[in-house]
Amino acid sequence: MSGVAFGGAAAIAGIGQTEFSKQSGRSETQLAAEAIRDALADCGLRARDVDGLVSYTIDKVEEVDLIRSLGIEEVGFSSRVPYGGGGSMGVLVHAAAAIASGAADVVVGYRALNARSGSRFGGAKTQPTAHTHSGTASAAFCVPVGVITPATWMSLNANRYFHRFGVTNEDCGRAVVATRRYAANNPAAWYYQRPITLDDHQNSRWIVEPTMRLLDCCQETDGAVAVVVTSATRARDLRQRPAVIEAAAMSAIFESEVATDHYRPDLSVMDTTVHLAHRLFDGFGISRDSIGAAMIYDAFSPLLLMQLEALGFCGLGEAKDFIAAGSIDIEGRLPVNTNGGLIGEGYIHGLNLALEAVRQLRGVSHNQVRDIEHVLLTSSRGGAILGAG
Amino acid sequence: MTEMRLRPAPIVAHDTAFFWEAAREGRLVAQRCGKCGRLRHPPRPMCPNCNSLEIDVVELSGRGVVYSFSFVHYPQSPAFDYPVFAALVDLEEGVRLVTNLVDVDKESVKFDMPVELVWAPALDGYQVPVFRPRQVQP
Repeated sequence: MSGVAFGGAAAIAGIGQTEFSKQSGRSETQLAAEAIRDALADCGLRARDVDGLVSYTIDKVEEVDLIRSLGIEEVGFSSRVPYGGGGSMGVLVHAAAAIASGAADVVVGYRALNARSGSRFGGAKTQPTAHTHSGTASAAFCVPVGVITPATWMSLNANRYFHRFGVTNEDCGRAVVATRRYAANNPAAWYYQRPITLDDHQNSRWIVEPTMRLLDCCQETDGAVAVVVTSATRARDLRQRPAVIEAAAMSAIFESEVATDHYRPDLSVMDTTVHLAHRLFDGFGISRDSIGAAMIYDAFSPLLLMQLEALGFCGLGEAKDFIAAGSIDIEGRLPVNTNGGLIGEGYIHGLNLALEAVRQLRGVSHNQVRDIEHVLLTSSRGGAILGAG
Repeated sequence: MTEMRLRPAPIVAHDTAFFWEAAREGRLVAQRCGKCGRLRHPPRPMCPNCNSLEIDVVELSGRGVVYSFSFVHYPQSPAFDYPVFAALVDLEEGVRLVTNLVDVDKESVKFDMPVELVWAPALDGYQVPVFRPRQVQP
């Protein structure tokens, strides 16, 4: 591991987002362009300063259309991150590495999707196309058995986890109640001013029994978010307080898949994230005790519990007790998903979590954590630790 | 008239065609390295152990145990009856399949229960390996 070389070299200088809705009424290209324009304005840079672009392999927006819309003069670095939403924090790895290496000076990371009004991830599709993403080869073995949605893919892992540690769907419900409480304070969240009780959660219908009810599933959302990444030194001269990328890493391990992670021997532990945590904490020499808040990819609530354990914030099987003790609440040991998470704020495929981490470090979150030094970001296969600059 | 609804046909690619062609004939198979003998699934063109390209295709017993399961309620595709009994089955030979459990009720499905192969018809003449509780206990 050679984390030290780019730890602290780059920072998120600007953030921008569209509204999060169920029908944007405009193209993904427009959504991305709006979010990027706002992220540049946020930090006082201009489109002509941008020379790097990073998004997901499955993002529909073409770089040429963005360059043409925003009026970017020249891009010297562009890349795409694999593993779908699980890889989302890889955007920060690519951006930071590009800045630290000198491949680019100002990198924009973005994700734009009409995931509600357009093609829904959770739709009952039985004909995924061969180019969907790199998990198609394994997904092909799922389609003829009706395992055709992300909730179903992940439920098979989650139920083995439940079985090994005696976790129940009610335990996941406590995490959802906590994150919906945060969403209720966040005007940008789909569930703004709509907190729930554990009874509401337990009365919602099964999506995949016995692990996920309707309220355990993220909000499929239309919208876009963008971050502007530049050197930590340059960021300090810009308009906003920088969020320094102190650590950033990705992990993809043998026989892990994109989201259909079915072939690792022990599915009760999210072992890709165990590897990721090793890279982030040990590789970059940052202690878990310094983490003041965590933004955890919660496409489905069991993933929040499993990642808390894999990251080492509690022991294996202990996330349910950690959450029941109030540890992820605003006054708890580790406030989690203070924007409401993907379940409460919206599903901009994970990257909206990075914006909340930046707001925490600027001190402008709608659920502000006091005296915050570091924020951890994880999308299970990608992660970062941001620090106040 | 009730119309028999069939499962969707598998997505057949160059590296997986042998699996689905064998399934048409009612044979459950996996790749075994022609050099080091390591068994593997899902299919891939190279042995991850020794990087050999020599591939033997071997027939599997069709006996295994339930590693995990879920009952899928929503969303619903017209190709399936709901809830779908989704499962991961660990076969005796040491490979895992994503599959369905059939001929069993929800309350009877248990972790690690012994199961055996049966074939379910799919579109375009394909067959899909699914599993039922093992009839004769070992």
